[in-house]
Amino acid sequence: MSASLKVRVWRGGAKGAFQEFDVPRAPSQTVLDVVTHIQRKLDPTLAYRYACRVGMCGSCAMTVNGVPRWTCRTHVDRVSKNDELAVAPLKNLPVIRDLVTDMREFFDKWARARGSFTGRRTRREEFHQVVPSDASRRQADAGIECIGCAVCYSACDVVAWHPEYLGPAALNRAWTLVKDERDTLGLERLRAVAGDAGCHACHTHMSCTEACPKHLSPTAGIAGLKREVLKAALKGEL
Amino acid sequence: MNPRTETTLWILQRASAAVLALCVTVHLATIIYAVRGGLTAAEILARTRGNNAWLAFYALFVVAVSIHAPIGLRAVLGEWLGWRARSRDFALVLFAAALAWLGLHAVLGVFLG
Repeated sequence: MSASLKVRVWRGGAKGAFQEFDVPRAPSQTVLDVVTHIQRKLDPTLAYRYACRVGMCGSCAMTVNGVPRWTCRTHVDRVSKNDELAVAPLKNLPVIRDLVTDMREFFDKWARARGSFTGRRTRREEFHQVVPSDASRRQADAGIECIGCAVCYSACDVVAWHPEYLGPAALNRAWTLVKDERDTLGLERLRAVAGDAGCHACHTHMSCTEACPKHLSPTAGIAGLKREVLKAALKGEL
Repeated sequence: MNPRTETTLWILQRASAAVLALCVTVHLATIIYAVRGGLTAAEILARTRGNNAWLAFYALFVVAVSIHAPIGLRAVLGEWLGWRARSRDFALVLFAAALAWLGLHAVLGVFLG
């Protein structure tokens, strides 16, 4: 391990430039540690976002050497090339300043994909018993650990080509609800995720699946949505 | 366009792709078989003229192409040129009609000879 790291950090908004910093190396150093060092010791005006530092909150994602990653769990050893690191904001989202993006559109798309649970029981009724080994529940469980970091959204080519496309995270969320036996939204959600801006726009490049830090497969969920929409269409329900 | 129409387009494209997978295989196999020992217009016409099976096969091929290509092109135009206006669908209906007309014209040409 060399003594220092040459770090290029994006400064400015949509228009801006990389600024170079020298950051001392440390054992088990993460990319978030590097950015934090710059902000605390070298330039306090650097804007970036983080909260939990342990891979739960999904707020520290950035583009590291051209690849979207969760920076709190990304070790410098794994991603630096020749002791150099380039840190930029996530792609496919408007840049507010430096490493901070505006994530409103990303989360608005979750709402457009009907990403909120809609149950039928009230708090005065018994709990719904879900059998964990049930096939549908297992499919939902496979996608349920999303932390909303937008790494998949930033990695997706279709989002870059079609700004209205709901994107992998919102569609993955919709899929977990389609497979949730307690949820009642059914066809309304399938209509929301069908079509050019929804699951049918996916080209199955699998960039989302490759980039997801939680090792989820939004691609599999999107394929599942295509099957469910197809079934509804063939029954004439869509 | 509403979700039902877009889903129908998606189904049509997948279904026509399945037909094309078969048609292209048969077409290529026929070419490889037919060109052994040279190929002449007379030889092609001898095989296709008045043959109802080849007429049905190539008519199906042309219909599948006329459905499949414009729907695929629709996504390409949207993603690469940002052309998503109603005019895109109008242009693609014309494109589909041109493919069908040119293709069926050719099929009838070798059938009637």
